[in-house]
Amino acid sequence: MWIESTLALRFLRQGRAQTLLILIGIAVGVAVIVFVVALIAGLQDNVIDRTLGTQAHIRVEAPEELNRIAPAPPGTLQLVLEDRRAQTLRPINNWQQVRDVLDGLPGISAVSPIVSGPAFGRRGDAVESVALIGMDLPRYLQVIPLQENMVDGRLQVGSGNAVIGRQLARDLGLRTGGKLRLDAGDGRAAIVNVAGIFELGVRELDARYVYLDLKQAQSLLDLPGGITVIDVTVDELFAADRMAARIAGLTGLRAESWMQTNAQLMNALSSQSISTNMISFFVAISVAFGIASVLAVSVSQRTREIGILRAIGTRRRQMLRVFLVQGAVLGLLGSTIGALAGWSLVAVFNNLGPGLFEVGMPPALIPSAMALATVAGVIAAAVPASRAARMDPVEAIRHG
Amino acid sequence: MAEPREVMRLEGLRKSYNIGQANEVEVLHGIDLRLDSSDFAALVGPSGSGKSTLLNQIGLLDTPTDGELYLLGQATSDMDDEARTALRGQHLGFVFQFHHLISAFSALENVLMPVMVNQGRPDREAIDRARALLADVGLEKFADSKPTELSGGQQQRVAIARALVTRPALLLADEPTGNLDTKTAADVFALFRRFHQAYGCAVLLVTHDPRLADTCDRTISLIDGCIEP
Ligand SMILES: Nc1ncnc2c1ncn2[C@@H]1O[C@H](COP(=O)(O)OP(=O)(O)OP(=O)(O)O)[C@@H](O)[C@H]1O
Ligand SMILES: [Mg+2]
Repeated sequence: MWIESTLALRFLRQGRAQTLLILIGIAVGVAVIVFVVALIAGLQDNVIDRTLGTQAHIRVEAPEELNRIAPAPPGTLQLVLEDRRAQTLRPINNWQQVRDVLDGLPGISAVSPIVSGPAFGRRGDAVESVALIGMDLPRYLQVIPLQENMVDGRLQVGSGNAVIGRQLARDLGLRTGGKLRLDAGDGRAAIVNVAGIFELGVRELDARYVYLDLKQAQSLLDLPGGITVIDVTVDELFAADRMAARIAGLTGLRAESWMQTNAQLMNALSSQSISTNMISFFVAISVAFGIASVLAVSVSQRTREIGILRAIGTRRRQMLRVFLVQGAVLGLLGSTIGALAGWSLVAVFNNLGPGLFEVGMPPALIPSAMALATVAGVIAAAVPASRAARMDPVEAIRHG
Repeated sequence: MAEPREVMRLEGLRKSYNIGQANEVEVLHGIDLRLDSSDFAALVGPSGSGKSTLLNQIGLLDTPTDGELYLLGQATSDMDDEARTALRGQHLGFVFQFHHLISAFSALENVLMPVMVNQGRPDREAIDRARALLADVGLEKFADSKPTELSGGQQQRVAIARALVTRPALLLADEPTGNLDTKTAADVFALFRRFHQAYGCAVLLVTHDPRLADTCDRTISLIDGCIEP
């Protein structure tokens, strides 16, 4: 390979202007790929982060209540007009056991049992409908980082303490230390102390959520000792749907992943990924054509030299490699420059751009963009290289 | 000088072009020819008589339509391109009318090129040999010059050094002086003669110049694709 590389590098160096132009072309292409992919990945991470800031990866609930339809006696035709059953607040049976199973499942990093249900929050004459969330605080924080979203007071539940959203506090005119009356119907009511106020940034949640400890929520919702939801965090975000299916299979409960809950978002994300891949693909194609045409010109210009090299003993496959190496070198060198440029673009975007979100550099991006360009270079070089290798030395020497 | 030995032998060699087409033409009509290591021969003949065609067959640059070519005793008609290329790189040296140096390399690197493509990175000994050859052709000062910085005669002398660096058994030259003035042409011929004597390699030169042909030990004349006795 020594002589092949030597010839390849000398040929590239001699064709200075052509080499430089195609290198710029490749670099621009690769910079575009790197920047666009990083930008879209950053955007998607940001959207997913925001979505999952207030949502568990997987939500495990009791199965839906279904109508039980008595089987018809044989030989009769049965016409069924079925209404869905009203879904009452149902506890998960044996939830301690389910929790322990989930705790032991590989790929799951946090499990948080919750009891949740509706109630009214009152202060004086003001009434707001609220969602009671009773949880085991340390476990809950592993799923939703509520501590990062506190705007006032302390994050404390139990012993008559509650944490409420900022919007609810505003609507009811409550401040930290204020008293909130919770009314869950059927005469079950309690007065709690507002220990802290949070803001998750989602209006609906900030206007509705009231965090309590498990025991108080259970007694308000008339589910003593019961829970209604188990929130689960998984290690691998995009394996959540597989994990959900697994949990459903293991426990017989209903398990919904964030990907199902946010199907529309997922759809948008995957179309974005497809368009990013399309951009990369077409840029790679045009880079390949650029390399192919530069090398085709080089083969034509060097016909005589190829002839003389063949005459003095250069094998066909050596001749082939001389041009394949040129394709690889162009791809590698151009993409190195392009990767640096793309990286700088990302840095410029982060420092001088709109600043809506931080664009990270996915660790595999630069190596894979460079590998893509190098492989594209070798493939592109294949046609001119095989033309050089097939050249008849007599014809080639007589040429020109 | 050592006992002369056979370097190359042709038996009934034929070459046709455009086989199977309307314009099929046989250029060489069954050539028998033998060259020994002691030969310093001129190949002469009118234009279009097939001299270049014959030289290309002998140089394994092209494949004959029929007949056999023995190079150092080996029959070559059944060899594939790979084997013919290897044999060519090892035992043959070429000088063409136009020098055909590789323009991206210096004079010294051009002289070393056959060594590099056949054996890879040249060793000290090969580099010394190439330098000595450049000195022999009077260009030791131009070792690092690029071909474009040399005159036509100088370039042709580099090409001669290149043809000899692998110590070939047979040196083939197709009108090596066709492009040079009379004085330079005579110098180049003198070089061939010197290398023939120094290394004992057979030399076959195509030339149109009868005076240069007269300086050779043997004249092979080709007329209409046949060798004149
Ligand atoms: N590739 C080819 N296809 C068809 N005919 C060819 C080809 N190469 C050579 N010929 C023909 O073969 C004949 C011999 O050509 P060749 O080049 O060997 O002659 P030459 O003796 O070297 O002539 P010159 O002294 O002009 O160089 C010519 O008639 C030529 O037209
Ligand atoms: Mg000729």
